[in-house]
Amino acid sequence: MNSMNKSHQHDRRDKGGPHCQSLPAHGARRRRLVAGAASAAGLYAAAKGFSLVELAMAKSADQAASSLTRWGLLIDAAKCASGCDACVSGCNSEHNLEKFDRPESDPQWIRKLDLVDRQTGHASSLPMLCQHCENPPCVDVCPTGASFKRADGIVLVDKHTCIGCRYCVIACPYKARSFVHETLHNQKSYSPRGKGTVESCTFCVHRIDQDPPAGQTGRLPACVEACHADGNGAMVFGDLNDQNSAIAVRLKTRPSRQVRADLGLNTGVRYQHV
Amino acid sequence: MACLPAIGNCFFVVAGLLLLTGTSGHAEMPVLPRGKGERCVEPTDVMRKDHMNFLYHQRDKTVYQGIRTRQHSLTGCIDCHAQADNQGRFIAVNAPRQFCQTCHSFASVKLDCFECHAATPDEHRTAVNAFEVDSLNFPLWHMTGANEQHE
Repeated sequence: MNSMNKSHQHDRRDKGGPHCQSLPAHGARRRRLVAGAASAAGLYAAAKGFSLVELAMAKSADQAASSLTRWGLLIDAAKCASGCDACVSGCNSEHNLEKFDRPESDPQWIRKLDLVDRQTGHASSLPMLCQHCENPPCVDVCPTGASFKRADGIVLVDKHTCIGCRYCVIACPYKARSFVHETLHNQKSYSPRGKGTVESCTFCVHRIDQDPPAGQTGRLPACVEACHADGNGAMVFGDLNDQNSAIAVRLKTRPSRQVRADLGLNTGVRYQHV
Repeated sequence: MACLPAIGNCFFVVAGLLLLTGTSGHAEMPVLPRGKGERCVEPTDVMRKDHMNFLYHQRDKTVYQGIRTRQHSLTGCIDCHAQADNQGRFIAVNAPRQFCQTCHSFASVKLDCFECHAATPDEHRTAVNAFEVDSLNFPLWHMTGANEQHE
């Protein structure tokens, strides 16, 4: 196959004009650039005396999201009380998720579930939201590329490209996506939402992307903040790739589970004590 | 053949009317309300022509890479250019005679950013939406340099 490809390239070069002849030179220059960038990053890490993974902390507003970070959320169902909906109301007010008295179709980015083990009668309560999968089915089925996963693992909808077909709503095993059926008027500047598009939890990217406040390492999603302020402190948010982050330490030292782990989606949201 | 002189007459009548009404291909440019800051992020003639390119680039950088600088962000435009009424309530930038709508009406270009994006700054949630403005009929006294200032 290799030899076939080579001869094919050779043919193209022979037939093409000056632009085609410059192709191999471009390739070589790109390889040099890539090698240079890689060695520069390595040197920087060596000079600073820490590994590249530790560089991935909360970013400033002018930096691009990096794959060195993977944002995750850990929910302790033992602390999450049935009847408490601090996270839900926190999310609703942050993104101004208006309700139209139609619970079946009103947008909902996070909802509380009460579970009962039928055999033992053990009851638990937990919030369900977009699980920010590593292999998101919503991205697989999207016909326009509007559903996408950011470099730092956050799964989003580009509403400029979304045509509202709702394939993703059906594909999501967690029922985490909503469709906007109504004309909206009071959107927040940081959370644009509109009729005819699909939406779901964004992990509050508008907060995570901003420069962290002085003396803090980063900002938290609205649900996590509300859970700590008005709820029971059942949520831990952080970088799964940073071995020293609170979430990574908790996940390493205590058992946790993914919902529908059998699907192999490698969710960014994990649960304990379910 | 007999109708030719009639056509010729019509032509002169139309040309005369055009001259009388002064429709010589130049329309008066719309005058926009001033922004808050000292000057815009780009020169006015550049913004007039290329603001949508800036917004498109910034949009993709923000959505896909999470870059949230304010230099060319729609939120930045609105924070600077949204006008307040005499009760201090912000008026949507896509309301008639407001910053965005003035030019877009003049150029007959549909403006659909604000079907999803907020058309007022976040700071005052008692903002006035574009769809409310017609019925309320605000006196636009606050617009410095606007063509029609008082109602």
